[in-house]
Amino acid sequence: MRFLFKTAYEQDIRLFRDGTTAAWYGVLAVIVLALPVLMSRYYIGEITWVFIYGICGVSLMVLVGYTGLVSLGHAAFLGIGAYAHAFFLQHGVPWVASVALAVLITTACGIIVGLPALRMTGIYLAIATLAFAVIIQEVFTRWEAVTGGFAGMAVDKPVIFGLHFDSEASFYYLCAAILALTLVLTQNLLRSSTGRAWVAIRDSEIAAQSMGVHLPLYKSMAFAYSAAVMGLAGALFAHKIAYLAPDIFSILFSIQLLLLVIVGGLGSLHGAVFGAIFVALLPPTIAILRDAIPAAMANFASATGIGVIGTIGRGIGEFLKKPGVEAGIFGLILVLVILVEPAGIYGRWVKLKLFFSTFPMYKRDSFKRQKNYMRSERLR
Amino acid sequence: MTFFQAENLAINFGGIRAVDNVSFAVDKGEVFTIIGPNGAGKTTIFNLVSRIYQPTAGRLLFEDRDITATPPHRIAELGIARTFQNIELFEHATLLQNLLLARHVHRKTGFFSELMFLPSVRRMEIEHREAVEKVIDFLDLQQYRDALVVNLPYGVRKIAELARALSTDPRLLLLDEPSSGLNVEETDEMAFWIEDIKNLLGISVLMVEHDMKLVTAVSDRVLALNYGRPLATGTPQEVQSHPEVIRAYLGA
Repeated sequence: MRFLFKTAYEQDIRLFRDGTTAAWYGVLAVIVLALPVLMSRYYIGEITWVFIYGICGVSLMVLVGYTGLVSLGHAAFLGIGAYAHAFFLQHGVPWVASVALAVLITTACGIIVGLPALRMTGIYLAIATLAFAVIIQEVFTRWEAVTGGFAGMAVDKPVIFGLHFDSEASFYYLCAAILALTLVLTQNLLRSSTGRAWVAIRDSEIAAQSMGVHLPLYKSMAFAYSAAVMGLAGALFAHKIAYLAPDIFSILFSIQLLLLVIVGGLGSLHGAVFGAIFVALLPPTIAILRDAIPAAMANFASATGIGVIGTIGRGIGEFLKKPGVEAGIFGLILVLVILVEPAGIYGRWVKLKLFFSTFPMYKRDSFKRQKNYMRSERLR
Repeated sequence: MTFFQAENLAINFGGIRAVDNVSFAVDKGEVFTIIGPNGAGKTTIFNLVSRIYQPTAGRLLFEDRDITATPPHRIAELGIARTFQNIELFEHATLLQNLLLARHVHRKTGFFSELMFLPSVRRMEIEHREAVEKVIDFLDLQQYRDALVVNLPYGVRKIAELARALSTDPRLLLLDEPSSGLNVEETDEMAFWIEDIKNLLGISVLMVEHDMKLVTAVSDRVLALNYGRPLATGTPQEVQSHPEVIRAYLGA
């Protein structure tokens, strides 16, 4: 077991806990850099989705996981970012300026949507953001001059300062770099007073207020920052999907984003990335399995001579091809995560790490929470 | 100069007058306790002082400044910190993060410098940490520094909340039933902490408390309330032997 001996306060505010942790992140960076060389274009394209969803995850994590404000309308921010970016690109605005403008517009929308959040919490806020998402989707459909309505809107490959990001691998690197930047900036906020104020609002508004946190200001800031990051993700999303249509930014997509942070693990940036891996890679995994399972079982059936296994395999393949199965699997996993591991994939990860670092002395009860004490509700 | 003064404080909740014409003054460097039976309006007075409730009538003065209209998030900035009757710590954060949050009023960095984590932010963080470590040393909380509050036992949480209030560098400390839920030893210990806060840190304390042993041990002056009205003010002994107070408690 590693023991960290601390000798300076500086050690507690570092980006990486110690040299070993930094080295592991270095290894991860090398793997991310090397993947395009090792994998086929199809897989690189799918992993690019992980990065884009990762940025979305960071956005929602700040709001839901750290500030405790639930939003069911974040796909709308993604859409605003995507459409704004596409619109500016079409009108000849350079890429960087276009992204900056898209981020500014989503930030403004975030502040406006955040205003009711100053008075609402929990389910009421979720409903308000849901309504916002419905309205925005309608705007995407009707405002044909800007969005092209149902006809959609084509988005070109990014060109940044004359550099063309038209190959799958170059766009992969662009998304990876922006995700890394987002993670670092967000971590910076979270390790300073703004981030602590957000966490304070999540855990006890009344105490946060008594400690000097201006609740409306910090809630608006959380909404604005979350929307800004979502806008950034939207710009990349627009390039990745190449063709924007209003029905992409549906309520279901908002719910999927919320699922991302819950499955990943609320209250950690790792969770945002883990959740993104899950959400982005589940559909291709299902796609691979629906061909691989029948094939493997047919092989097994012909090798052993038990014909019924081949039939079952074909049945599974047929089942996985049915529409709605993917959504069903998403839902099932969400229910299982909430029942079995409320801390999400990140929670499992922490337990796994502790298991190996304390082996063979690991105790399951290390993570058992003692009973929660009653908190005063009468001031709410 | 008055240090802290409440003048003719009153608040109505619908038809109920929870606090009715209460006046008291806390002098610098004293421990002033409010006692009274359940529902007497003690915590309501606290919520009035920390500006969570808006008084129907009356004035609040702190260091000659009228704070009757100050918004609640500005109270800590002025030098008034409080604890809660039912512990309102930030449970899913470590004790250290809880205490650092209390330094919020002393931050000098803005959103964008924090986004970039500029050297100024780094210096500020170290400064906050040094201030917080002093409180940790003062209250002997070293071993719980990195523990999540959810995992701390109740007695430690009580001290942790005291530590969080002290981390704001207050001049007036409001303690809402510091001994509730504590056993006899922990209550004795709490009495020592309160004395130390008064004598070593020079912080004035306004306290609501039921445990008369703790009240007599630490209070300089006591105000007894019943049904939102003041019954008596004076030293703990005077108030305890006051006939009105005895009647309120024993119902004679």
